[in-house]
Amino acid sequence: MSIGSGRRAVIVGVAECDLGVTGLSILELQTQAVTRALADAGLPLRDVDGLACTSVARFSATQLADYLGIQPVWQDSTFAGGSAFEMFVARAAQAIEAGQAETIVISFASNQRSAKSRSMGNIFEAHTPEAQFEGPYGPLYPLSHYAMAAQRYLHESGAARADLAEVAVAAREWALLNPKAFRYEAGPLSIDDVLSSKLISSPVSAADCCLVTDGGGAIVMTTADRAAALPKPPVRVLGYGECTTHTAMATPEDLLATGAEISGARAFAMAGMSPADIDVVQIYDSFTITVLLSLEGLGFCERGAAWQFIKDGAIRPGGSFPLNTSGGGLSYCHPGQFGVLLLVEAVRQLRGECGDRQVDGARTALAHGTGGILSTSATVILGVEA
Amino acid sequence: MSSSSETGAELPPVDAVTQPWWDATRDHRLLLQTCASCGAVQHYPRALCIACGGTDLGWTDSLGAAVVDSFTVVHRELPGFDAPYVVARVRLAEGPILLTNLVDADVESWACDVAVSVRWRDLDDGRALPVFAPAGISTSGGAI
Repeated sequence: MSIGSGRRAVIVGVAECDLGVTGLSILELQTQAVTRALADAGLPLRDVDGLACTSVARFSATQLADYLGIQPVWQDSTFAGGSAFEMFVARAAQAIEAGQAETIVISFASNQRSAKSRSMGNIFEAHTPEAQFEGPYGPLYPLSHYAMAAQRYLHESGAARADLAEVAVAAREWALLNPKAFRYEAGPLSIDDVLSSKLISSPVSAADCCLVTDGGGAIVMTTADRAAALPKPPVRVLGYGECTTHTAMATPEDLLATGAEISGARAFAMAGMSPADIDVVQIYDSFTITVLLSLEGLGFCERGAAWQFIKDGAIRPGGSFPLNTSGGGLSYCHPGQFGVLLLVEAVRQLRGECGDRQVDGARTALAHGTGGILSTSATVILGVEA
Repeated sequence: MSSSSETGAELPPVDAVTQPWWDATRDHRLLLQTCASCGAVQHYPRALCIACGGTDLGWTDSLGAAVVDSFTVVHRELPGFDAPYVVARVRLAEGPILLTNLVDADVESWACDVAVSVRWRDLDDGRALPVFAPAGISTSGGAI
């Protein structure tokens, strides 16, 4: 087996399934995502020999393979919430480069809004320590953990709730440029709108929280050799890293130190790049605080400084730091595990397909997924030839 | 949120590792699992010491003094809980962090880094949940 540059794994197809309120089943939405991404790649379903997905069923990739009528020789259903898809890109690249698979599809879809399946309470499995030592106190999951991180952040950094709100305001500005965004026609959001929205778990208000929608997406990866004959410019996987830190709310010694510090450092080291080399950034915005902590952990700014870093419109359209250009989980789509859509938007930006929200000349992109309660972090750095 | 019978929350499960910890709550004693090999204290109780990997573990009594690492006032109604109530991470003087509720003060009065001490919320089966109140304030429910 030769592992030359021709086997280097690249991304050749991306797509969303229907978004918003669909009334469709999870498997129909998954099928939309997979078939549309394959069409985007110019590859037939029969060429898919690897499959990675979550949340279809107890045996997720197995279930989806059966539904699609394929028999993959590689699969992954690593369950790491919204960071799983950045992990899948890493594992898929490794599998392709090791010759274990030729063409891998990574997908996710959920109908959580249509099915009203989202619940924030009593979600702890009875055999876990959290059921004994955390559930009895009534934390909202995952919200109350992020709320405690936000409270600590305000305490340590000197930021105010309005500084968190800027993340939601900027996301809305981007969503107004994205016809597929759930809030595309909702009009702008002001800082005061966020501050006056209903407090759910202080200091987090409803407008600090991501949407609850149906939706999903898929990514097709194959070898650089194969990609040469395909219609879309291949997107290279330049670096990746991940870190799993905790699952109980009481475990982190420091609420403000996230796994992004390690996942980001590993991704940048592998790519031979630094934060200054990235043209467009997609960070999982489950809550406004998640973005601030991730920006700091990834090294785009110092600890405690992200609220100043994003001031003055830096992350709004036209600003100096293009972030979450789809409108993010806050204003575009949040089907429960947003990590796959971070990658879809990053690829589209690198291909120059983003219309009114296109970042001119984007050649490098970073996608950073977070799962659970800041439990898992995974970073992917992508690039296209200049 | 002053007692479990009022909240109607389900009783927490127990397992063989955690049974001594829960048994001690019947006497309003807050135990910390302690490693016989390296002396580390930890919470929640586990089948190993996460400092050294040792499996010879015992128990020591916590003094029940802590500071609030962070907190959140929950406004959403969960089954069994009367909003608003305060969920918090408190850091015990011995080191470990507990998730808990903050009680016996206005929910809007809390801040990070304030001193608290343990109180007990009795459960219907005789066990009790450690919760925390402002340090230095004695209440009828206190066990210190």
